[in-house]
Amino acid sequence: MNKFEVKNMDLYYGSFHALKNVNISIPEKEITAFIGPSGCGKSTFLKSLNRMNDLVEGCRISGDILLDGVDIYKDKMDVNVLRKRVGMVFQKPNPFPMSIYDNIAYGPRTHGVHNKAQLDEIVEKSLRGAAIWDEVKDRLNKSALGMSGGQQQRLCIARALAVEPEVLLMDEPTSALDPISTSKVEELAMELKENYTIIMVTHNMQQAARISDKTAFFLLGELVEMGPTEQVFATPVDKRTEDYISGRFG
Amino acid sequence: MPEITAAKGEGSSMSKANAHMVFPSGNQNRKAARIQAAALRWLVRIAALLTAAVLLFLIGYILVMGIPNLKPSLFEWEYNSENVSLVPSLINTVLMTAFSLLIATPLGIFAAIWLVEYARRGNRLVRVVRITTETLQGIPSIVYGLFGMLFFVTQLHWGYSLIAGAFTLSIMVLPVIMRTTEEALMAVPDSYREGSFGLGAGKLRTVFTIVLPSAMPGILSGVILAIGRIVGETAALIYTASSVAKIPESVFSSTRTLAVHMYLLSNEGLHVDATYGTAVVLLVLVLGINCLSSFIAGRLAKK
Repeated sequence: MNKFEVKNMDLYYGSFHALKNVNISIPEKEITAFIGPSGCGKSTFLKSLNRMNDLVEGCRISGDILLDGVDIYKDKMDVNVLRKRVGMVFQKPNPFPMSIYDNIAYGPRTHGVHNKAQLDEIVEKSLRGAAIWDEVKDRLNKSALGMSGGQQQRLCIARALAVEPEVLLMDEPTSALDPISTSKVEELAMELKENYTIIMVTHNMQQAARISDKTAFFLLGELVEMGPTEQVFATPVDKRTEDYISGRFG
Repeated sequence: MPEITAAKGEGSSMSKANAHMVFPSGNQNRKAARIQAAALRWLVRIAALLTAAVLLFLIGYILVMGIPNLKPSLFEWEYNSENVSLVPSLINTVLMTAFSLLIATPLGIFAAIWLVEYARRGNRLVRVVRITTETLQGIPSIVYGLFGMLFFVTQLHWGYSLIAGAFTLSIMVLPVIMRTTEEALMAVPDSYREGSFGLGAGKLRTVFTIVLPSAMPGILSGVILAIGRIVGETAALIYTASSVAKIPESVFSSTRTLAVHMYLLSNEGLHVDATYGTAVVLLVLVLGINCLSSFIAGRLAKK
C-alpha cells in the first residue's frame, strides 16, 4: 500500500529547475530514506509533500502528488489539514519559547481541543510516544528552551505526534545532535513506523542503511534510483548511486 | 622599497641584522603603535565617561535645584496662579499618554504585522509605507502641532482638546512604534513560524500565538520610547491641547501636560522655583517609566 504517489513532478525556484520529473511511490508504515549530496533537491522534495514550499516565494510545482490518491496541490485540499496529516520534524530542533506542556498542546489546541483532561492525556501520550516522558514529566511547566538539543528534538517529534499525523517528514533530524541523542532518535523512528509512515532526509548513509526500509537517491534534482535499502546499498542499479555510496563523490 | 632589495642583495647571509633592514625602524614603530593604542584607549574611555557625566550632572543639577522647591502647595488638587500646583498637569499627562497610545499602539503594531508577515517581498506598497514612516519620523514636532491645529482643532471642530492633542501625538509616535515592532518581528526566528505552520496552524494563529509573544519585549521597548516622547512633548501640544490646567471634564476639554506646564511656568518667569520642582517630578516620572519598562522587558524575556 502506497501512502504517497508522485507522478511527473517538476519544481522550480524562479527560473531554477530544482526537481526534474520525479516519479516515486512511498509505502505506508515504513521508513523511506532520501539520500544524496547537498543541493540535490531531497529536502526540497520532502517539503513539497506537506506544502511547506508554499512559504517560499517564486516556488512553482507541476505534476501530481497524491496522498491516499488525492492530489494535495488541488484546490479542495486544505493546506492546514494536509499539514496536520503530514507532520514535520526539522533539521534544527525548534521548540516554541513556551513550556513543554504548551509546546505539545499547541497542535491539538490549533485543531480545536481545549478540554484540560483531554489535553493532559494527549500531552502524556505524545511524550511517551517520543520516549521522553520520563525525562520531562516533572517539569512540564518549565520552558522547553532549557532542554538539551537531543531532548528538544524528541520534544519536537512529540509535538508533531500530538496532532495524530499519518505521515512524519523528518528533515535531517539528527544532524544537529550528538551520537547518543542520534541513536535515541533513530530507535524512536524505528518504533514509530509501526503506526506512522516516515520519510527521512539524511546526509548520513550509515543512518539510512541502519534504519530505513526503502532508500531513494537524489542527484542534481533527479531521482536516480529507489528501492529496498539492502538492494540500493548492496547492488545499486545505477552507476551514479554506486559511486555515491562507495564514497567516490558527495 | 630599497631596504627589501638591499636585503635580497645580500643573498644567503640573512641574519638578525638583515631582518632590521627589512623592517628598518621596528622598535620605534612598535613604540609609536603602543602610544597610539594607549591614546585611543584613553580617548574612548573619556568619551564614555563624559557621556555618563553629562547625564549625571543634568540629573544632579535638577535634583539640587528642584528638591528644595518641592513644597506641599505644588501638590494641591487644584491649580491656581498662587500655588502653581502640578497635580492637574500630572493627571493630564497620564491621560494624554493613555489616549495617544490607545490610538497609536494597535495601529503601529498591525501595520508592522502586515509589513513583516503578510506583504510579499518587493511589494510596492511596502516601500511606500517604509518611506512614509521614515519621513514621518523626521518631521519636527512643531509641524505636527501646526497640522493638528489646522486639521483636528479647526477642520474637525474639536477645538483645543485632549482628543486633538492625543490624535496629533499618536501620529507623531506611530512611526516609532511601527519601526520597533517591525524590527522585533523580523528578529523572531523563522523556525518558530515553520514549526507552527508544520503543525497545521494558519497564518493568523501563528502570528498571534507564536510570533507576537516572542516579539513582545521589543514591541514594549518601542511603546516605552513612544511614552517618553509623549511625556516630554510641548510644541505639538501647545497648538492642539492648549494649556488649561484643570483635570478635563471630557475628551473635548483643553488640557495642560507636565511638560507644557513647565514650559509655561518658566516662560512667565514668575515661578522659576516651582519650575525646578516640577522638573524633578517630570524627571522622576520619566526615569520611573524607563525602569518599569526594562523590568517588564526583562521579565518577559526570561519567560
